[in-house]
Amino acid sequence: MTRESLLNIAVLAGFLAVAIIASLSGQPYLVTLATKAVILGLAGVGLNLALGYGGLVSFGHAAFFGIGGYAAGILASAAQNYEPLMTWPMELAGTTSMPIIWATAVIAAGLIALPIGALSLRTGGVHFIMITLAFAQMIYYFAISWPAYGGEDGLSIYVRNSLGALDTMDPLTFFLIAFALLLLVLALTFMATRARFGLALAMARQNPLRLTSMGVRPFRVRLAAFVLSAMAVALAGALYADLNRFVSPSMLSWQISGELIVLVILGGVGRPLGPVIGAAIFVLLEAWLGHLTDYWQLPLGLVLLLVVLFARGGVIGLLTGRNANA
Amino acid sequence: MKTLLDLKGVTAFYGASQALFGVDLDVAEGEVVALMGRNGMGKTTTVRTVSALLRPREGAITFAGHATRGMAIHRVARLGIGLVPEGRRCFAPLSVEENLTAAARASDRPGGWTQTRVEALFPRLAERRSQRASTLSGGEQQMLAIGRALMTNPRLLVLDEATEGLAPVVRQEIWAAIHQLKGDLAILVIDKTLKELRQVADRCFLIERGRTVWTGEPAALTPELTDRYLGV
Repeated sequence: MTRESLLNIAVLAGFLAVAIIASLSGQPYLVTLATKAVILGLAGVGLNLALGYGGLVSFGHAAFFGIGGYAAGILASAAQNYEPLMTWPMELAGTTSMPIIWATAVIAAGLIALPIGALSLRTGGVHFIMITLAFAQMIYYFAISWPAYGGEDGLSIYVRNSLGALDTMDPLTFFLIAFALLLLVLALTFMATRARFGLALAMARQNPLRLTSMGVRPFRVRLAAFVLSAMAVALAGALYADLNRFVSPSMLSWQISGELIVLVILGGVGRPLGPVIGAAIFVLLEAWLGHLTDYWQLPLGLVLLLVVLFARGGVIGLLTGRNANA
Repeated sequence: MKTLLDLKGVTAFYGASQALFGVDLDVAEGEVVALMGRNGMGKTTTVRTVSALLRPREGAITFAGHATRGMAIHRVARLGIGLVPEGRRCFAPLSVEENLTAAARASDRPGGWTQTRVEALFPRLAERRSQRASTLSGGEQQMLAIGRALMTNPRLLVLDEATEGLAPVVRQEIWAAIHQLKGDLAILVIDKTLKELRQVADRCFLIERGRTVWTGEPAALTPELTDRYLGV
């Protein structure tokens, strides 16, 4: 087993240990922090598929994070207010069932990512960054100006959505749900990056023309990566909405897109668990420094600067050396 | 024999400068054709127009009955052109196995290429299976580049300077492989070693300043011709 695999297992075990010990010692706040890190890590894992493996620097993934969040918020608020979701062409009721909410979030984000990706991927480099940002901003302003679902004030989810008979309001239970989904998405991305799709994606990043002359169109491979990446981020968004029991347009803001990129770079671009480690550092810094000063992003910026300058493979690279697919 | 690839009066430009002034070239199914000429005469440019990496300005290119002018690069590749570009560029961070499996494409023709078959052709690749392409020697990278092209099950294998810069022993391995491949698929080969080309090629095309100037069997390649067009 490589050093990186050992580190990955240690990180995941560490998360689980922190949450369980914190829960047993009566510190729900810590459990919630760990849950937040897991959810942001999940979003980072999703973005990493596009950014790390595909080399697609999307500055618009907040759109999918927010779409996931609104899927949860809209479905839950309709159910909690006993209002139908829509009445035409057929009557659809809201729901508080997590699996249905997750599926809706993932499918909605996938459907929206498809045209966004198809248009954005016609460009490259800085243009790609800007066009993804532009699409995300469009969705952000739409959410602000659309009064039906709270507009600028957002939407509250009074009670966390349900999953079978589980008590999702219990912090540890909710942590475990998020953690299980993180493991699932990690396993899926792990398989995808080792399958022909993942190899073609790596090749499209390294030398698109050579891949094309092998008969594979980089555009399609990248579009698939972009859409899958958006779907994973939307799942994280739905969980994040449930964690805070609140959705607002701020989930769609460009700061979120930036934070997701920061997580990925901090932990290690193109490393399976890079974003999870990045999310842990991010959440810890926010929690520790956040109540000392309002300017906690300053030390975060310094950490990011150091990582970018001295550890090209992110924190994982620092601990385990340069890797395979970098 | 049936014509597989046919170029007629192909001209091509790099920006404003003209590189091809009228290349005529044809390769039949299963035939080995050598494309010869001095440096800078348009051999690589010709190959680039064949694989659609460079669009010809005039002339016609037909491959397996399809006019490929204006066709997208990946579509042309899918018609069955396996390009081994000059400089044997592999996907360096990926392993030998990954380089091969990613290229694999199901073939509608019998006798498809598999990793096992490529490794039988180049046993060294089997030894290096899980090694990164960047850690291979030049010769092994060349073998991998050829293997990768074969994995796409091409009808035409295009070898651009496949033995350039390799140790004599390794060159021999590559030539031996080309001899082994002969008959299975058509091969268009660009190389500088005349002796080997004479042995393997069914026909030769000489190009000079972007124009086909002579076509014939290797036996008809007189010292006057080689002296005039190849400078040997």
